[in-house]
Amino acid sequence: MKENLYNYILGIADNSLILGQRMGELTGHGPSLEIDIACTNISLDLFGQVRSYYQYAAKIAGDGRTEDDIAMLRKERDYLNVLLVEQPNTDFAYTIARQYLFDVYHAMFLTALQSSHDITLSAIATKSIKEVSYHQRFSSDWIKRLGDGTNESKLKIQNAVNTLWTYTDELFHQTEADKAMVTEHIGVDVTQLKKAYYQKVTSLLTEAALEVPKLKWFQKGGKSGIHTEHLGYLLSDLQYMQRTYPNMEW
Amino acid sequence: MQSNLQHIDPILYPILEQVSDPEIPVLSIMDMGVVRSATISDKKEVKLQITPTYSGCPAMDVIGDDIKTILNKAGYNAHIELVLAPAWTTDWITPKGRKALETYGIAAPLEANADKEVLLNGKRMVKCTNCKSQNTRLVSQFGSTACKAQFQCNDCLEPFDYFKCLK
Repeated sequence: MKENLYNYILGIADNSLILGQRMGELTGHGPSLEIDIACTNISLDLFGQVRSYYQYAAKIAGDGRTEDDIAMLRKERDYLNVLLVEQPNTDFAYTIARQYLFDVYHAMFLTALQSSHDITLSAIATKSIKEVSYHQRFSSDWIKRLGDGTNESKLKIQNAVNTLWTYTDELFHQTEADKAMVTEHIGVDVTQLKKAYYQKVTSLLTEAALEVPKLKWFQKGGKSGIHTEHLGYLLSDLQYMQRTYPNMEW
Repeated sequence: MQSNLQHIDPILYPILEQVSDPEIPVLSIMDMGVVRSATISDKKEVKLQITPTYSGCPAMDVIGDDIKTILNKAGYNAHIELVLAPAWTTDWITPKGRKALETYGIAAPLEANADKEVLLNGKRMVKCTNCKSQNTRLVSQFGSTACKAQFQCNDCLEPFDYFKCLK
C-alpha cells in the first residue's frame, strides 16, 4: 500500500468530514431557517467531497476496507484533521468564524491541488473548488455583516475570531506524508499558501471593521492525531450507529 | 456546450431520457447533462459514465439505480461508473431542460457574471417563474437542494427556487 498517499488523502478528507459533521449538527438548530439550510448544504457538499476522497483511499488501501470503515471506525488519534475544524458551534459567530478561517485555506488548497499529478485528486479538487468558493462567499458575507453590524454582533464575531486564531497556523504545517507527496508532485506545499492566506484574511477582517489578532504562539497537533477534547465528543456522536450496531447498513 | 452528449448511443438515448432527477422530476437526466457516455459493448452490455452535479448530491445513487432498472427492462445489463472529470457545469443543461425547469417553477441559471450580481450584490435579474417580473429578491443563497437558491417575487410574492450557475 502507498502509505504516504493514503495518509495524505486522509489528511485532506478528515478536515471535510469533521467540519461537515459540525455544520450538520445545526440541522434543525440553525438561528433561522435560511441559515439552517445554508449550514446543512455546506455540510452536504463537504460530505460529498469526503466520499470521493475516502473511496479513493479505500482503493489504495486495497484490503477490503470501505469508505464507511474509514469514516466511522477509526479511533480519535487516527483522525488527521486540523484542530480548527473540530472546534464546537459555541454560538453563530463561532460557526461563521471557523467556517471562514477554513474556507479561505480550503479554496487556496484546492486551487493548488487541481495541478496535482494524481488525476483522481486533481479531479476531486476541480469538482470541489466550485462548491467551496460558494461556501467562502457565504462565510465572508457573514463575517462582514456581523463585524459591521451591531455592537453585540461585532463583539461576538471578534471574540470568535480571537479564540479560533490560535488554530490557523496549523493549516500550514507539513506532515511527513505532505513532504513526500510534494516531492512527487502529488501534494500541495501548504507552506507556500501561508502568506497569501493571512493577507486575504487580514483584508476581509479589516473591511469588516474587526481587529486582526496578534499571536506569537499557536496550537497544533491535529495533523498528527493529537486533538482537543472536542473531537472525542464529536466522534461519539458521528460513530454512534456503527459502534452500537456494528456493520449495519442503511 | 453539448460535449456531454458525444458518446451516447442513439439507441439508448430515448430510454435514458425517461429517467429523471428524483428531486426535480420534470428534468430528464439527459437534459441535465449528467450522463457523459453510454455505449453498448457486448450485445446487451451497456457501459455508462455519469457525473454528479454537486459532490454530495444524494440524487446520484437514485439516478444510478433508476438507470439500471430501466435498462434492465429494455433487456440491457448496465454497468455504471461515476466520473468526476470534467466537472459538471450548468452549461450542460439543454435548452429543453431549462424550459422544463422554468415551467416547473425553478428559475434557470443565469450566466456566471449575472449570477454573481444576483447572489452577491442583490441585482434584480432573476425572473419570477410565476408572473415573469424581474422585481425579485434573494431570500437565501442556499436552497432546498445543493443546486438551488431561494428567491421571492416582490410583485406577486411567489417564493421560488433559482438554479444556481455552476461553472
